[in-house]
Amino acid sequence: MTQPQILLDPTAETAAVAQPRLRRPASLAGLTIGLLDIAKPRADEFLDRLEELLKERGLLTKRFRKRAFMERAATELKQRIRSECDVVIEALAD
Amino acid sequence: MHMIDDGIVAVVKRECPTCELVLPVLQSIDRVAPLEVYVQDDPRYGDGLRRVVDDGELEVSYHLDIETVPTVIRLEGGREVSRVVGWDRDAWRALTGIPDLGDGLPATRPGCGSKTRDPGMPVKLKVRYGETGLRSREIEIPGEIDPVEACFDRGWTDGLPVVPPTRERVLEMLSGTRRDPQELVGAIPPNLAPCTVEKVAINAVMAGCKPEYFPVVLAAVETALRPEFGLHGVLATTNAVAPVIMVNGPIARAIGMNAKGNVFGQGNRANATIGRALQLVVRNVGGGRPGEIDRAVFGSPAKYTFCFAEDEEDPRWESYAVSLGYSPQQSTVTVFAGDGNTPIIDHTSRTPEELCRSFAGCLRAVYHPGHVVQLQAFLAVGGEHQQVFYQAGWSKQRVKDELLKLLMVPIEEVVPGRAGLGGLEEWKVPVVDGYVPKFATGSLNIIRAGGSAGKYSAIISSIGGNQTIRPVTGEIRL
Repeated sequence: MTQPQILLDPTAETAAVAQPRLRRPASLAGLTIGLLDIAKPRADEFLDRLEELLKERGLLTKRFRKRAFMERAATELKQRIRSECDVVIEALAD
Repeated sequence: MHMIDDGIVAVVKRECPTCELVLPVLQSIDRVAPLEVYVQDDPRYGDGLRRVVDDGELEVSYHLDIETVPTVIRLEGGREVSRVVGWDRDAWRALTGIPDLGDGLPATRPGCGSKTRDPGMPVKLKVRYGETGLRSREIEIPGEIDPVEACFDRGWTDGLPVVPPTRERVLEMLSGTRRDPQELVGAIPPNLAPCTVEKVAINAVMAGCKPEYFPVVLAAVETALRPEFGLHGVLATTNAVAPVIMVNGPIARAIGMNAKGNVFGQGNRANATIGRALQLVVRNVGGGRPGEIDRAVFGSPAKYTFCFAEDEEDPRWESYAVSLGYSPQQSTVTVFAGDGNTPIIDHTSRTPEELCRSFAGCLRAVYHPGHVVQLQAFLAVGGEHQQVFYQAGWSKQRVKDELLKLLMVPIEEVVPGRAGLGGLEEWKVPVVDGYVPKFATGSLNIIRAGGSAGKYSAIISSIGGNQTIRPVTGEIRL
């Protein structure tokens, strides 16, 4: 039998960590809803309408925008959303 | 391995004529001093000597860092106090303290290469006996499993076989750079996984690179990680783009890259494997895989590899790198997004004006004739087309100016929606006298490449060009 061979792992060796999802809130009443525009064209149209509908229901909203859709959201932006909102809706459009 | 603590150690090879020459000398030493003779190839050397040790496994030779045989070393209290390489009568006499040693022999005679320096041997010995300094996880592949198949099974390949990344091969690859294997190159998207020089080396081995390509691979990875290139967007997009690598400067010639015939095609190892190495880093370290984060609708064969050298031979036009301010003596990589290439065939134009009209017609159609934002292109002018411009005395800039003039799109032909009219507002493109530039937000770049026979040029088109996904150039550090 041939000798075993040692190969070196070409990956980042980061085992996938399964992140449990946050529990869905029973109601949106009193919660702040973040609306994140990822800067794809017309995402704002979608979010405008959504915001209208949420406000009609007396809910609180806050708007956020990424600098460019092809970039990952900046850490500061994610931290701001996290600290100012309870839930977030991210809009992709084209 | 246990050597004598006090006395003389000699390392020899039976097939070495100088070692044969010094055999009587060793016999003389053996009569008066403690002597140990380590033989790399054939322990029948030195019949009659008291202590001949078979060093066929080269363990002693490796630990003594022998470069040449014969080498004699004097040890005192287990420590080396002097060493002579090859036959040198005076030096051997000084080392042994035997005044008439080697009478009748020539004064000096160079030795032969130690077997520890045979091709491929230094890294084998380092793995066998030394500290490799490698930190990546070691994966043992049982003898009955083909390592090439094992790489497929683990999802490490782009669909083609890879060279199994053994420790020996990775050490050879690392010999192509002076950089520390544990130096961080950057965070590879999409997972933003930290990537060391060693991880790049592993993937360069798998791609089939030679160690002398490695500085180019490292520069390509680092340049692709610059934020303005937008590697995350390039790897994730529904568009077809691949990261394209263009190499300028002396290194392209030194490592035998192709800038001429079939420049974007198969057949040149450096072109093929450097581009592939970058993509394997994205796949394996970054986790950017098709069907997962990579959402390309069509993709492109360019996503296996797309790397070439710019043709810098004719001094009449400056290279892309020189036009950016680099000197012709600097080696650089330029990384840009590209869909593959679209040929321009024009066998009839004999004047620069006619040829520019042909180019403009083809460039106008990139993505859609009415698409004017979020696109950019590299125009590769082929050999015979270059001649048309040279003969008329046109500079590269003049060609570019002429093309940009011809590439004004009437506003009524601009398509509605994001890539056209919608984009004009978004990207603040001014409409002048009812026209907008085709390359309203991205750049049009002219380079030279390709064979000398045939009236062809080519377009490498791409998305992006404004905020991100821009061409980025970086210097190659040797």
